[in-house]
Amino acid sequence: MKKYTFTEKKDTRSGFGAGLLEAGRNNPEVVALCADLVGSLKMEAFIKEFPERFFQIGIAEANMMGIAAGMTIGGKIPFTGTFANFSTGRVYDQIRQSIAYSDKNVKICASHAGLTLGEDGATHQILEDIGLMKMLPGMTVINPCDYNQTKAATIAIAEHHGPVYLRFGRPVVPIFTDADQKFEIGKAWMVNEGADVSIFATGHLVWEAIQAGEKLAELGIDAEIINIHTIKPLDAEAVLKSVAKTRCVVTAEEHNRLGGLGDSIAQLLAQNNPTPQEYVAVNDSFGESGKPAELMTKYGLDADHIVKAAQKVIARKG
Amino acid sequence: MSIEINNLQDIATQVRRDIVRMVHQCQSGHPGGSLGCTDYLVALYFHVMNHKPEFNMDGKGEDLFFLSNGHISPVFYSVLARSGYFDVAELATFRKLNSRLQGHPTTHEGLPGVRIASGSLGQGMSVAIGAAQAKKLNGDKSLVFSLHGDGELQEGQIWEAAMYAPHNKVDNLISTIDFNGQQIDGPTEKVLSLGNLRAKWEAFGWDVMEADGNDLQNIIAALEEAKSRAFQGKPIMILMKTNMGHGVDFMMGSHKWHGVAPNDEQLQQALDQLQSSLADY
Repeated sequence: MKKYTFTEKKDTRSGFGAGLLEAGRNNPEVVALCADLVGSLKMEAFIKEFPERFFQIGIAEANMMGIAAGMTIGGKIPFTGTFANFSTGRVYDQIRQSIAYSDKNVKICASHAGLTLGEDGATHQILEDIGLMKMLPGMTVINPCDYNQTKAATIAIAEHHGPVYLRFGRPVVPIFTDADQKFEIGKAWMVNEGADVSIFATGHLVWEAIQAGEKLAELGIDAEIINIHTIKPLDAEAVLKSVAKTRCVVTAEEHNRLGGLGDSIAQLLAQNNPTPQEYVAVNDSFGESGKPAELMTKYGLDADHIVKAAQKVIARKG
Repeated sequence: MSIEINNLQDIATQVRRDIVRMVHQCQSGHPGGSLGCTDYLVALYFHVMNHKPEFNMDGKGEDLFFLSNGHISPVFYSVLARSGYFDVAELATFRKLNSRLQGHPTTHEGLPGVRIASGSLGQGMSVAIGAAQAKKLNGDKSLVFSLHGDGELQEGQIWEAAMYAPHNKVDNLISTIDFNGQQIDGPTEKVLSLGNLRAKWEAFGWDVMEADGNDLQNIIAALEEAKSRAFQGKPIMILMKTNMGHGVDFMMGSHKWHGVAPNDEQLQQALDQLQSSLADY
């Protein structure tokens, strides 16, 4: 087990803010839109440098999605910014018709995804967004794991033509990926090679998976940890290669167990290599108010739960 | 493109023939609103707009049109074909399997002239605003037009867009409402009253005009007047009175022909009232 130490903690949304600024510097067609959450989305640096390329929409997310779609006609690359709940469920039909079905090059950037939004509670803690967005034909779905990966992903999606859903979060979390990484959409990242169990993790759960891997190593279990930052298109090759070796799977995500990363992997394996799998995910419920770490423990989304899931699935191997 | 009124009248009659024939052929579609908006779309595409039928999605340097009430696709498709975006023969494929002429307009099948999917109502004004703001960023002085149903104004997103455009001085946008007073379940005044539309749009900060949408000369004059009022700090709204089903007597003024196709006998009755001057597809 490789040792991962973090030098500092930062929120993934700040990675988005830094990436947006750089994407704006790289390409003058990049524009940003926000529905009254500039501070939360960390868009200030972009606005300061490119005031004429920023559009304050107000609390009107449906209008924001339509305006973004319209701006692509004329060659702009719009990045919309609001909370994940208001980026998806609230405006699903606008995204479906005006962006996805219309093949528009809009980047839907969503902060405060999942339970780790914390004290605001379930009205804001969307746990269904990955499922909603991956069901839209042509939509790319990305859930990066730390500040550096979020920044790199933000830069990368500006260079990718087509609608993208980029999901990140509110809390400060460890930074453990390279600052100068090149983000490749759809290409899984091998965090740690192992032989006994494949742990596929996305978003904030990647760090938890690394912690779990260290605990498992102490128990004599050699876990392979793979970061699936791109849920759609899924890196089928990386998943199948790993599973052929380990023959059992744990998936870990800050999302409802219905419709998320776990289901994408289960579907792939059902068709290609049926394999025992355990889900570390929210068990079909809404969240609630609380501190992020307390919520992750209560809803079973921490390293200890990944360890238990790994032990359980290893025992299920034939 | 500028053609004398008589010629435009001939084109409008031909477009109306296309509409009833298309809807009859597949026994599906929306003739009422299509017939009501025929004169507006003929005026726009054959007289008012500076547009390029060779079609480029980005539409830089040309006027753009967005159809928000996508169910009147028959009139949109006929006008696009007749102004050169694609072969009129393709109108025969309307609503059929493997057609680019889907029930509601879409970019998905690559039909020239369509820049956004519409059908789920209330979304087109936001899209038009986005395209208009992109034009401003590009230093492009051409205009953006959009058309909306009056029943469509019951959608909340319209009013988000209504608030946004004046605040941001989107004054290169000329929106029009097809004010026929009808929707699927009956008169708008019965289903959900629209109230005083002029006062509403003016209160939101729009430059509001009125027009008779079934008088070609009147609608052309209104659109030209709207163009002259562009770039003066306000988005422009034309409240355009139309008759649903205009041009076919038994379809006129009733919501009953919103989404119903004529049978063989009714088709003949309609065509008898619309003497062909150009060739049918």
